[in-house]
Amino acid sequence: MSLRNRELLNLLAVGLITAIGFASVYIARESVVSTASLTYGVFFLVLYLAAHAVVRIALPHADPYLLPLAGLLAAIGVTMIYRIEPDRALRQGIWIVVGLALFSAALLLLRDYRILDGYTYTLGLAAVGLLALPAVPGIGATINGASLWVRLGPVAFQPGELAKILLVVFLAGYLRDNRELLARPVPSAKHFGPLLLVWGAAMLVLVETHDLGGGLLYFSVFLAMLYVATGRWLYVAGGLGLFSLGAWGLYHVVPRVAERVSVWFDPWADPTGSGYQLVQSLYAISSGGLFGTGLGRGVLVAPVGSTYIPFLETDFIYSAIAQELGLAGAGAVVLVYVLFVWRGFRIAMLADDGFSKLLAAGLSAAFGIQAFIIVGGVTGLIPLTGITLPFVSYGGSSVVANFLLVGLLLMISDHVNRDLR
Amino acid sequence: MNSQIRRVFLVLAALFVALVGMTSYWLWKAPDLEARRGNPTLVVRQVTIERGRIYAADGRTLLAANRRRRVQGRTWYLRRYPAKELVAQTIGYSTLSRSRSGLEESLNDFLTGSNSDLHTVLRRTLDRLEGLTQRGNDVVTTIDARAQQVAMDALAGKCGAAVALEPATGHVLVIASQPSFDPNLVERHFRRAASAPGAPCRPAAPLLDRATQGLYIPGSTFKVVTAAAALDSGTFTPASEFVDKGYCVEYGKKVTNFADQSGPEVFGRVDFATALEHSINSVFCQVGQRLGPLVVLEYAKRFGFYSKPPLETPAGERAASGLYDRGRLLFPSDPNAVDPGRLAFGQERLLVTPLQMAMVAAAIADGGLVMKPTLLDRIVAPDGTIVTEPAPEELGRAVKPETAAELTAMMRRVVESGTGIVAQIPGIPVAGKTGTAETGRRDENDTWFIAFAPADAPRFAIAVALQNQAGTGAQTAAPIAKAILQALLGVNT
Repeated sequence: MSLRNRELLNLLAVGLITAIGFASVYIARESVVSTASLTYGVFFLVLYLAAHAVVRIALPHADPYLLPLAGLLAAIGVTMIYRIEPDRALRQGIWIVVGLALFSAALLLLRDYRILDGYTYTLGLAAVGLLALPAVPGIGATINGASLWVRLGPVAFQPGELAKILLVVFLAGYLRDNRELLARPVPSAKHFGPLLLVWGAAMLVLVETHDLGGGLLYFSVFLAMLYVATGRWLYVAGGLGLFSLGAWGLYHVVPRVAERVSVWFDPWADPTGSGYQLVQSLYAISSGGLFGTGLGRGVLVAPVGSTYIPFLETDFIYSAIAQELGLAGAGAVVLVYVLFVWRGFRIAMLADDGFSKLLAAGLSAAFGIQAFIIVGGVTGLIPLTGITLPFVSYGGSSVVANFLLVGLLLMISDHVNRDLR
Repeated sequence: MNSQIRRVFLVLAALFVALVGMTSYWLWKAPDLEARRGNPTLVVRQVTIERGRIYAADGRTLLAANRRRRVQGRTWYLRRYPAKELVAQTIGYSTLSRSRSGLEESLNDFLTGSNSDLHTVLRRTLDRLEGLTQRGNDVVTTIDARAQQVAMDALAGKCGAAVALEPATGHVLVIASQPSFDPNLVERHFRRAASAPGAPCRPAAPLLDRATQGLYIPGSTFKVVTAAAALDSGTFTPASEFVDKGYCVEYGKKVTNFADQSGPEVFGRVDFATALEHSINSVFCQVGQRLGPLVVLEYAKRFGFYSKPPLETPAGERAASGLYDRGRLLFPSDPNAVDPGRLAFGQERLLVTPLQMAMVAAAIADGGLVMKPTLLDRIVAPDGTIVTEPAPEELGRAVKPETAAELTAMMRRVVESGTGIVAQIPGIPVAGKTGTAETGRRDENDTWFIAFAPADAPRFAIAVALQNQAGTGAQTAAPIAKAILQALLGVNT
């Protein structure tokens, strides 16, 4: 079977799962099945088929699993959001349309991703600029203690999500150029200069905007790519050392960090105050059991209309999934991320040039690490830092940026597979 | 670079395995988390059950019912209390925000249908299989809604309580406590529910069930217990002669007669029955000294003192009566640790609940038998079958039937010609005893009246207690007891 037919088949399966998911939420809510419940399923199927058509034209040799996996995650997200707050599901649906439109535009216009290689430093600076945007008075907005947002007219977006991709592109280009020098037993400071400069600027901006989750993500991706480029554990060890030092410093300087860490140590020390979010999240996860309460049958929304867990449809959507779909459903979601990352790393391994390898590995690592940080946070495995669960959480910037990420991976994959043939 | 990429992937995969592991860990911890306060799943499971209703004895007057509400495609049953303040403390409340109290708490298993009798288990299983809403059992209490209303009205504006029992069965017909609260306010306006700005006592504590938890100094009503001990032990008869000098000497100090006795200040030669009739402290002081404190307290125990009356309300909402020392129940092993004279007329360090004193009156009325007080007439399944209908239960015998008969005659004289004449009901003989206890603060007496009627064939026993009163038991508590008895007897006022 050709790659594209395989993708088509996968997408049809995803469409079917989506339709069933929506129908079951609808039944739980209204006790009747109506055609309205199936509209969402059909809508997604049509949307994915359109994206598939674009891939068929632009990237006939691309990996056939990445798009269906992304589509599945997005569908799971919209289903959960619909179950929690129907109005928001509609908006998330619109963002998915926008994301796929930009994805298609990128595929059709940016035929060869390797031209990005020529703009390494420009993109690196652009990333830092994007990260600094929310700190600009007038357009920046602070939501939930972190200044991550930029408001332009009616649209608010998080430039950090896009900066994530640009930073990976910068690191891929830079590390490809300097990997031999960095891999030397005693690399000179000269070669680290630009790297540390851009890096330091990004970190400074993150501390300024209080985006702890973002900081953790970028730092981990940086270490992963540095290791892939140089193969030296020493860098990883040194990086972790620096990270621990930085974390220790932040713990003593930023009260928010200290609070997050103490909640992580003992969520029940203040179950109605600082520990409330996490404690409620753990209640939700634990009450799900093996197979969950069923979609729409969990205990997520109080009679007054608010959710028991604040930010349920953004940061804590995994907790909602764990309650209503159980360990089986939550485990399946985690498995989808593993599969996605596996396909991404596979592209990196098959690629024959350093830039493609580093880019594919960096994008896949960023995707996986982001999922780990937030799921680890809501399950209490690591201290909680607010960040979106890629494709699943409610949030336009995240959805759009991640579709662009998938687009880039598909472009690399198409290029790689074309060469292999 | 491929080996590095592979290693990074393996590290990531391991992290993802840890995520699934952590999720499983919380599943494994679920039983522990489920019991924690603030876990909404448990609360919500409770409100999706159609909780049983609670009725007064007539089987019609609703004391607790449900209000349906659709929340996200599910029906929630939230509690409403149509009778509002009427029996608020005893019925209690069941809310999402503050757990439960009263019968709502202690009968929760019946009300939610999670009790384990065969019929309920079968029905519950069938309902679940059919996807039906689980329904709880209805509770019919023994409360006489009309007399309860009379009691609440009579107590309004005061701090106190009234308890009326059916002597032969132990059925609680009236259990009133003022100030009261509106249980409908507990869910959202708890502060408003828990405050009673106009109440003449501090703390006003409207949520406190003064009938079962309020501890008051019994004063002269305790003379009934002393007299029971005196007669039943054979030490005295109603005709036993005493000399009243107007005071009694205790440890070399004079204890004078109290203001609430009726008649002259110094009676001189009197018999025992006359001493009760006019509530003469000096005589009871002598009786107490003669009997010794342990005998008196032993008889008090037979009436139920020193243990929490086994009513169906939660144990935490009931108090035991007896001697209290620094807030703790005290049963002396050394008779010299207690002042027998003051004990005999209900001072010393005695603290009693209105329910306990109603049990004393009911025991005398029932020929000396103490019945288990109960609020439960029957519990009915949704399909009408009776889940349980408890039979009257004896707790034990306090005194011999002859003693009870003698004491009844003495208590009749209290109402006929003694301190309790205000409680006379035309055409119906009443037996009673007044009480006015000094708390040590001026015009803040605990005042009492205990009684039963009709005295020749008792159907109702009652105790009324008021706190912070300037007057005597006869002036303050007796009229309220009379009004409630009239309501129970169905005589017009």
